[in-house]
Amino acid sequence: MNLTLKIWRQKDSKTKGQMVDYKVTDISEHMSFLEMMDVLNEQLVNSGDEPVAFDHDCREGICGMCSMYINGEAHGPDRGITTCQLHMRMFNDGDTITIEPFRAKAFPVIKDLVVDRMSFERIQQAGGYISVNTSGNTQDANALPISKHAADEAMDAAACIGCGACVATCKNSSAMLFVGAKVAQYALLPQGQVEAADRVKNMVAQMDLEGFGNCTNTGACEVECPKGISLENIARMNREFLKASIKG
Amino acid sequence: MSGFFTSSIGRKYAMALSAFFLMFFLIMHVALNAVSLFSEDAFNQASHFMGTNPLIQFLMQPVLMLGVVFHFVMGFILEIKNRSARVVKYAKNNGAANSTWMSRNMIYSGLFILIFLVIHFLDFWIPEINTKYIVGDMSGLHDGSFRYFHELQHKFIPIWRVALYCIGFIFLALHLLHGFDSAFQSLGANNKYTKGLKGFGKAYAILIPLMFIIIALFHHFNH
Repeated sequence: MNLTLKIWRQKDSKTKGQMVDYKVTDISEHMSFLEMMDVLNEQLVNSGDEPVAFDHDCREGICGMCSMYINGEAHGPDRGITTCQLHMRMFNDGDTITIEPFRAKAFPVIKDLVVDRMSFERIQQAGGYISVNTSGNTQDANALPISKHAADEAMDAAACIGCGACVATCKNSSAMLFVGAKVAQYALLPQGQVEAADRVKNMVAQMDLEGFGNCTNTGACEVECPKGISLENIARMNREFLKASIKG
Repeated sequence: MSGFFTSSIGRKYAMALSAFFLMFFLIMHVALNAVSLFSEDAFNQASHFMGTNPLIQFLMQPVLMLGVVFHFVMGFILEIKNRSARVVKYAKNNGAANSTWMSRNMIYSGLFILIFLVIHFLDFWIPEINTKYIVGDMSGLHDGSFRYFHELQHKFIPIWRVALYCIGFIFLALHLLHGFDSAFQSLGANNKYTKGLKGFGKAYAILIPLMFIIIALFHHFNH
């Protein structure tokens, strides 16, 4: 298929960017979206132009690195997938495809489609962990009885790969689905409950500090999340935060 | 609790609590207005009680005003903050693919409700305050009988006002269609009852404004 691509080009974080049009031809419907981008870049390199910078790593939907806003949706028009899992069969011959970076003040553009998502890392560092004695006397996690229901819910929350699609999709650039998933993942398990109050307070404080917007419950994040993280995690975080704030 | 209400989640709680208060008030308001469909006398009695009871006038009314002002001001503050969280807008954004129009446009439905409220206050509340507290007539009488029912009917004679009120109530319905569920979610209530609550919320969001519309139309055609 032959396509017109409208791609955001930005030299670096300090330079103003703009949308630039490119044509690609003979694209197979069996290609992944990133393979199509590879074809474009090969074309650009051959003609002496600067290739389009974009994030990618595992190309298996696991690492959460790919981060494109395609035709107005994070990770493109398909559901439950990352950009690397998007296939060209989702498009038609002659289509114009708009490709932009994930946009949020807390995700500044580094170059073209590559954004800095270190704000997520800083939120994790603020409390997204459990403190374990690793002096050689570490208790086996399986020694603690955990209900199947709690374990399943924690596992569902832990499926979050921190790609940032929730932030990119949210009209307010809110990170609450990401933070909610991380808070819930630990709050549901006995190992995480020991530091639950400090965790939620510190992670929410860091989230606010990073400049993410407020959640207004549109539910767009849940729909676009490649891992199907539920809004229930935001509700749980809200409860955990209230509980922690009352405790002081 | 220090810093709770300055946090993003604290602000969500504050918005949700003020929304619950206003949604409860809407039930009271529509119930009182609905009395006018059945009995002129009962409506007059109820209106006189509401309009002269010191507890309602000097405690409930200021609290209600505070609730309304807080909800609007907080809504606008949050909107400004949220807009500043994305400096460069998308060239193409397909919001309809993942969320409802109502959820994405609460600020606009809220703005129309605010405009409607200003008109509503000019129509009913300010003349009432003037009669009772500036002129000093607390009797509720006009030409020897209660004035409330006749004032209500008189207001809905012009079709333009009925149309304006109907538009205001449609925006109220659009606001509530997202606001009802959203308030529960903000308070952390997302559980096995959520599906049922969503159904109840839809019914509430449609029936309450519809009832207000029916009342306005009833008095237009029956004056």
